Amino acid sequence: MQTEADQQLKQIIHDPGRILFREEDLVSYGYDASFGFYKPDLVVQAASAEEVAGILKLANRYKIPVTPRGQASSLSGGPLPVKGGIVLDLSQWNDKLIIDSEDMVAVVSPGVVTAQIDKAASKYGLMYPPDPGSSQVSTIAGNLAENSGGPRCLKYGVTKDYVIGLKVVTPQGEIIHTGGRTVKNVTGYDLTKLIVGSEGTLGVITEATLRLIPRPPASRTLMVIFDHFVDSGTMVTRVLTSGILPSKIEMMDQASIQAVEAYQPLGLPTDAEAILLIELDGHPAAIADELEKIREIAANSGARKVTVAESDDDARELWKARKLVSPAIVRNKPTKISEDATVPRSKIPEFCSRLAQIKKKYQIDLVVFGHAGDGNLHPNIICDKRNKEEMKVVEKAVEAIFQAALDLGGTLSGEHGIGTMKSAYMPWEFGPQELDMMKRIKTAWDPNNILNPSKIFPVPGQKLVLSE
Amino acid sequence: MSAESKKLAYNETFDCIQCGTCLPACPTYKTMGKETQSPRGRINLVKMAAEGKIDLDKLKEPIDLCLGCRACERVCPTNVHYGRILESAKEALYEKEKKSGSPLKRFEGNLFYKQVFPKKQMMDTAGTLLWFYQKSGLKTVAHKTGITKWLPDNLETFEKVTPDLSSPGQRHHRPKKMEPHQKPLYKIGFFTGCIMDTMFDRINDLSMKLLSACGCEVIAVEGQKCCGALHSHGGRSEQARELARQNIESFEKESLDYIVNNAGGCGAMLSEYPHLFQDDDEWRERAERFSERSVDISVILSKLKLPIKKKINRRITYQPSCHMTNVQKVVAEPVRLIRMVCGPCFHELDEPNFCCGSAGIYNVVNFDESMKILDVKMADVKDKHPDFIVTTNPGCLLQMKAGIEREHLTDRVQVIHLVELLAEACDID
Repeated sequence: MQTEADQQLKQIIHDPGRILFREEDLVSYGYDASFGFYKPDLVVQAASAEEVAGILKLANRYKIPVTPRGQASSLSGGPLPVKGGIVLDLSQWNDKLIIDSEDMVAVVSPGVVTAQIDKAASKYGLMYPPDPGSSQVSTIAGNLAENSGGPRCLKYGVTKDYVIGLKVVTPQGEIIHTGGRTVKNVTGYDLTKLIVGSEGTLGVITEATLRLIPRPPASRTLMVIFDHFVDSGTMVTRVLTSGILPSKIEMMDQASIQAVEAYQPLGLPTDAEAILLIELDGHPAAIADELEKIREIAANSGARKVTVAESDDDARELWKARKLVSPAIVRNKPTKISEDATVPRSKIPEFCSRLAQIKKKYQIDLVVFGHAGDGNLHPNIICDKRNKEEMKVVEKAVEAIFQAALDLGGTLSGEHGIGTMKSAYMPWEFGPQELDMMKRIKTAWDPNNILNPSKIFPVPGQKLVLSE
Repeated sequence: MSAESKKLAYNETFDCIQCGTCLPACPTYKTMGKETQSPRGRINLVKMAAEGKIDLDKLKEPIDLCLGCRACERVCPTNVHYGRILESAKEALYEKEKKSGSPLKRFEGNLFYKQVFPKKQMMDTAGTLLWFYQKSGLKTVAHKTGITKWLPDNLETFEKVTPDLSSPGQRHHRPKKMEPHQKPLYKIGFFTGCIMDTMFDRINDLSMKLLSACGCEVIAVEGQKCCGALHSHGGRSEQARELARQNIESFEKESLDYIVNNAGGCGAMLSEYPHLFQDDDEWRERAERFSERSVDISVILSKLKLPIKKKINRRITYQPSCHMTNVQKVVAEPVRLIRMVCGPCFHELDEPNFCCGSAGIYNVVNFDESMKILDVKMADVKDKHPDFIVTTNPGCLLQMKAGIEREHLTDRVQVIHLVELLAEACDID
């Protein structure tokens, strides 16, 4: 970088300990939980909106790429500094977490870990519902940038449904406020919702006002075991059309059941084709009533067995099966490609049979589990990224999964984001006019294309590359 | 690839899917705030060094600054063997330094690792000198004149908290064998440990008495040596292996039900002896037989009936040893024992699994970083207003004492070993 810019940077960030440039530091900010490695030229750990504004003004003047980063648990490549430049680390800026129980909002700085918000809200009998799998490590600004989901989103909606106000620094270095502190707000364009899910390409979020809801007083978990996979799909549909909205419906297929049993025997039936884990929450009396209805639906849907947790410990034991899927499936091969292509609820059984065909055709190790209730299944391909031949086949299989989801009226990504991993396939889901409209928004906000470049939009001829 | 880089546990690094679940569990990530000082960051650096993409030297600082507490392993969703990756990096760095280091530094390092810790006699001598220093009044003089203020911070802090040692005579009078009145329930080989036996030999005495009072035959097996943990953590695998072989041989001479220790760090090393002999079938099998029987004293005491004479009605909190929690996976037993003698007076820490920053000799070598970690721990401790802090490892015990000293709480809070608490409740002295 130019020395002049270097000098100016030191005036913006007064603490030299927050400007990292040694090689061992730079290579530590070149990855996330997806694929690919890109070494930045500099890492800056910002701690105020003024600092972020100063950095972006500087970067805009010298046309230096800037990539915002939380704790890099992204599965889509969001925080990868593809064009080098500055990694703007916001993970250490976590000092503000205010719960206002009267307005029922939380006001947070960008580096606050998602699960901490829900924990703080619970002290007031409130809840922050979005619960991505990574909520114990992911930062709230990362969740906002990617518009993350999670199991509880079946009932409560995704991250964007809980954001009512933001403080954002634009790529040109202006500090702006969007939305506010009210649940209802129709004044002007809804820039809040535009920034949420923009994957750090339109602005850097420096503060968020989040909506909280009353915490349900009780919850119950049950496990339903099926001889036939298709019956589990039928049951999901029947439950959701019966007037009951569970807080979670998670599915495990036979491959994941068998993997868990081989890894840590829990007494799951390895001959079963599917397991559903259902969580109900709300008033205890309502739960008791819903539980009976669900038992009935299970019996009528061909379920082999229903197990209801009688205590919190029981519930934890049942959820353990789902938790163990991830470690269990990577036992034989280390690489896990976690897809989140999503289909309309009614197409879940069909999507599953398409996945089975893909598994057979490409002879890949494919495991399916995830959020069955909202059509956001997670087909996971288990492979070894050191094996180039194998990875070529996996790339083809991933493309086939995308195609299947789109054929069924679904989408490329339900909750992980596009980033670098799926940008090549954007033209499969959108026509040129739609992509052009998105690009015009990007150009209006970031005319010099300095903020998180090379994300979301496809480069002509770009393909998915998973081998190193 | 250099010969040293070949020592790196490259294949193990592929088990890491870089999800970042380890970050919130890592004390150095919390206090230093850099990915470079996190488990995921360190694994990535080891991988890149093994691939020749960065120089081995770039690993040195992040690896030196790792506590080795292994809290990351406990939360890892894909069971990465971080301990093996870390030790491999230490070994590679040690091998490289051995080639290039100054002769003086090499001499100092070897003196410490080869001459002092492995040898009972040397530890005894060191202990005798310390005892003389304390008893002769030199300690008081030194404190009163403020001479100790001239010591570097790290030595001054720990000089203040080293315990009053037993006289050489007392230390050598401990019986080698204790037999209960009735037929013994278990025959136990007691692992004395080098630091425990020098600085905390009273705790060793109490441990043997407690086991005996619970109906066990206890033998302080002859010929046992240092467990080798410090050597292994210092990249000196060959010396660690040699100590392991000597210990295995010594304990094989007795037919024992259990090999019991009272130091979380030593216990962790003893439980991982088989890892030292990956390429040696005969010794690996002997090590497996040894490790299967090796347990922490809290595990055995939980199985037995403690002759409790009185309840301890003082506020108590507990700082678990990281290696006991994360490596030996002994978590419930010490808490159960504390609750047994203290009941409602026990107040658990909010983050018991956050390391205290002791970590072997980390607090001496990396004093400033260690104190930042200790400050986080002490904030949690102070919040519980304890009369006693219970520990299960000598390093943690000294570190928590240093914490009490830093917070000016010496007149209000005492740091004790779990064994001391239980002995007090059983009127064993």
